[in-house]
Amino acid sequence: MDQINLGSQIVQYLFTGFTIGAIYALVALGFNIIYNVTEVINFAQGEFGVWGGLILVMLVKALGLPLFFGFFLAVGGVALLGASVYQLSIKPLRKPTVLSMIMVTVAVAIVLKGLAMFIWGKDPYAITPFIDAEPIHLLGAYIQAQSFWVLGITLASVVCLTYFYQHSVLGKAMRACADNPVAAGLVGISTNKMVLFSFALSAALGAVGGAIITPITLMEYDRGPMLALKGFGAAILGGLGNFYGAVTAGFILGLLESFATGFVSSSYKDAVALLVLLAFLFAKPEGLFGSNSRQND
Amino acid sequence: MTLSNLKGVMMFAVLVAVFPLLFSLSDATSYYTDVMVFVAIHGIIASGLSLLLGYAGQISLGQAAFYGVGAYTSGIFTTQLGLSPWAAMLAGMLLAAGLAYVVGLPALRLKGHYLAMATLGFGMIVFIVFNEYVALTGGPSGFGEIPQFNLLGWKFDTTVSYYYFAWAVALLVLAVSLNIVNSRPGRALKAIHDSETAAAAMGVNTSKAKLQIFVLSGIYGALAGSLYAHFVSFINPPPFDIFFSLKVLMMVVIGGIGSVWGAFLGAALITFLPEWLSFLEDFDVLANGLILLLIVIFSPDGFVGLGMRLFQRISLWHGTAGG
Repeated sequence: MDQINLGSQIVQYLFTGFTIGAIYALVALGFNIIYNVTEVINFAQGEFGVWGGLILVMLVKALGLPLFFGFFLAVGGVALLGASVYQLSIKPLRKPTVLSMIMVTVAVAIVLKGLAMFIWGKDPYAITPFIDAEPIHLLGAYIQAQSFWVLGITLASVVCLTYFYQHSVLGKAMRACADNPVAAGLVGISTNKMVLFSFALSAALGAVGGAIITPITLMEYDRGPMLALKGFGAAILGGLGNFYGAVTAGFILGLLESFATGFVSSSYKDAVALLVLLAFLFAKPEGLFGSNSRQND
Repeated sequence: MTLSNLKGVMMFAVLVAVFPLLFSLSDATSYYTDVMVFVAIHGIIASGLSLLLGYAGQISLGQAAFYGVGAYTSGIFTTQLGLSPWAAMLAGMLLAAGLAYVVGLPALRLKGHYLAMATLGFGMIVFIVFNEYVALTGGPSGFGEIPQFNLLGWKFDTTVSYYYFAWAVALLVLAVSLNIVNSRPGRALKAIHDSETAAAAMGVNTSKAKLQIFVLSGIYGALAGSLYAHFVSFINPPPFDIFFSLKVLMMVVIGGIGSVWGAFLGAALITFLPEWLSFLEDFDVLANGLILLLIVIFSPDGFVGLGMRLFQRISLWHGTAGG
């Protein structure tokens, strides 16, 4: 009996780990998209997830929109939000230094959090899962149907993103800007537009993460910083700027957190990802899979 | 300390001393005095970050952790071990210094965004410990009955007496900080801020200087935390969350990076702001964020810089008008 119990527990933790890991992967990808083009770490990255989740709840519950439309509207809305964040806060910086970039994105995070509280209040919001299905019974573990949506949508996002970067003209132009902004400018690519677009894309990915996790974990206005830190943990673990590294590291972090919750203690589950983040920052800042970081200092 | 600094601190001390008397005729006395105690506490922790950020050029988004360590050490040592508040405060400062040393040693090798994220993560871990180490901290519900400071049999148990006590400590911190700025280590820090490579080339031990100032900022944070714990006599985790760390950053930036006076000005503005905006209820978060955003974009050197530019413009205009 014990054997079976342990086995089913492991299956349970695996699925929980992959589910939350998928969210960290999406947030980490968001960090990388902006970092690769601008070398800015956007401290407001977690807020995009919160806004994605809360806008979806509002559209579906208050306006009665079908979930499918609500999802795309929420993601599109947050993409616009991301673009306006760049236009209204980062672009107007007169003498951008690393310190002022940090402070400006921190300020944006506070503004977005304050706005979210203003609009939606302090209560957590629930939403029904994307399809109404019983939890699936697998090897003694109960797996919520939403988990499959989370994994499926995350993988679909990664595939779309890869295709976009490899094959579309816009994606290639963004990669060119990430490689060498001056050379990209010389061949007629507007760096400014690419940066604007990368903010929108990054915000959209964050919104996807926030929207798909809301049926499982609920969503509230102040979830942003934790989401951002764990996503950044995944980005660092995978090597800042490294896309496949970010996805792998997101899942690793999710699994670590889930198994630590199950086998060690649930009270310190949030500390796991943060400790991994600090350990890597201090000992191996280039991450597991190598970083795209251009500056050595 | 230079003469002008000494004069400044003295004038500020007089201002602080007469402040409670100004309101002594109205009911607002204890209210404004109460808020001013928090300005002193916030000024102390903000001075630490001001030295770190403005002079050493290193960011920290985790100062609330030191604030919490000071407050919890004060609370736990006095209520559970029966120590005097003075001993508990000293213990908190030592503990924070040790913690800052251990974290700062690896963290300060990081730069910019990495350092910001590392300190943010550090602050969040400490906050999780405050919440989860229930046996020691009382968990989310916290604990109370933290005793007041005693000096030669005189208890600082009224708002006005605590006001004078807190401001005496704050003025001491201000004087020490101004002294550091004008000392050899202070000049070394400024050199690091301008260019770490150049400073190192001129023989400044940059990593030692950065670590020293980080430890000092931790000690200031713990000192402020102790003052907080013994003033409100009850502690629970929320005042020590990462939003407080960001608030300390706001105080420094809004007041003016690179000026210890600015840290106190920023502390006063950020502390009074929720009182002025109380009609907006919880939305002072939004107001705080917008002000920080506008300051960073339009006046990166804060209100002190804004004031100085205005002053220059006026005196220039007077000069041309007179000549």
